[in-house]
Amino acid sequence: MKAGVVIFPGSNCDRDTYWVLSKVLGAETRYLWHDDTQIDDLDLVVLPGGFSYGDYLRTGAFARFSPIMKAVADFAKNGGIVLGICNGFQILLEAGLLEGAMIPNKSLRFICDWVRIRVERNDTPFTANAKIGDVLKIPIAHFEGNYFAPKEILSKVEKNHLVVFRYCTENGDITEDANPNGSLNNIAGIANEQGNILGMMPHPERASEAILGSEDGKVIFESIAKYIKQKRG
Amino acid sequence: MRYNIRIAVERKKGVADPEGKTIFEALGRLGYEKVESVRVAKLFDVVINAQDENEAKSVAEEISERVLSNPVIETFTILSISETGDGGNE
Repeated sequence: MKAGVVIFPGSNCDRDTYWVLSKVLGAETRYLWHDDTQIDDLDLVVLPGGFSYGDYLRTGAFARFSPIMKAVADFAKNGGIVLGICNGFQILLEAGLLEGAMIPNKSLRFICDWVRIRVERNDTPFTANAKIGDVLKIPIAHFEGNYFAPKEILSKVEKNHLVVFRYCTENGDITEDANPNGSLNNIAGIANEQGNILGMMPHPERASEAILGSEDGKVIFESIAKYIKQKRG
Repeated sequence: MRYNIRIAVERKKGVADPEGKTIFEALGRLGYEKVESVRVAKLFDVVINAQDENEAKSVAEEISERVLSNPVIETFTILSISETGDGGNE
């Protein structure tokens, strides 16, 4: 698997993501700058967390106009795998590559904490190694992770089973108490219709080694690697 | 000509506004019982150099739609357009 990690001005999870892809997974990985446009050789592009362009105006509002985002849109159109984590998810929403939008957390607090998310689908490249109903322990760290979509878009998202992860209790129950930020329907991560783009607020790259308190995030990267290996035959 | 343009961007009805809600609740605690609701919006003062007011307005609408607002959750309103005096509003 050949992976690229995009660095926008203000990204700050690029090195963690690079570490997991290259050292933990052993994938050939390189950094991509926000004005790079040559990414055709890659299998996976990750938009990492951080505060691109200072989160000014809206989270992801300026990053979406970076030259690389045009390349990422083309890459995805051709079936490339795109993973947006936290700020990366916000950028994918602003770019219209995923449905919906982010608004500030219900509590108006920046939340940095462990959460549990339930796997809702395992027919995506991101979750093929997981089972539906699996509960993953992965941390969140965001101020704007309150997923919102107008009624008609939300019902489309649900009807087409675009929700990949929902915030849940340790037992996997979807409750209001388990929802850290007010996201509609406890949504923590969604895919596009084709299933090759995933945006998620929790940080799997911060939970891919036992020393960090959880290895549950690794299943996402391993699933992608397996999918790409199979795709190549 | 140079035009001062004031643009407001606000969340659509039905989109949660945690900041407005917090302000509203604080006002309630301060005893302002007559205040029935608070919504927070953004205000932009933009100077646009254009042939005429129509062109300035159309540039303002384009940037409002494409950059200043996220049409999924927000709407924008051009509140005012006026020719700048000397030096504009900067």
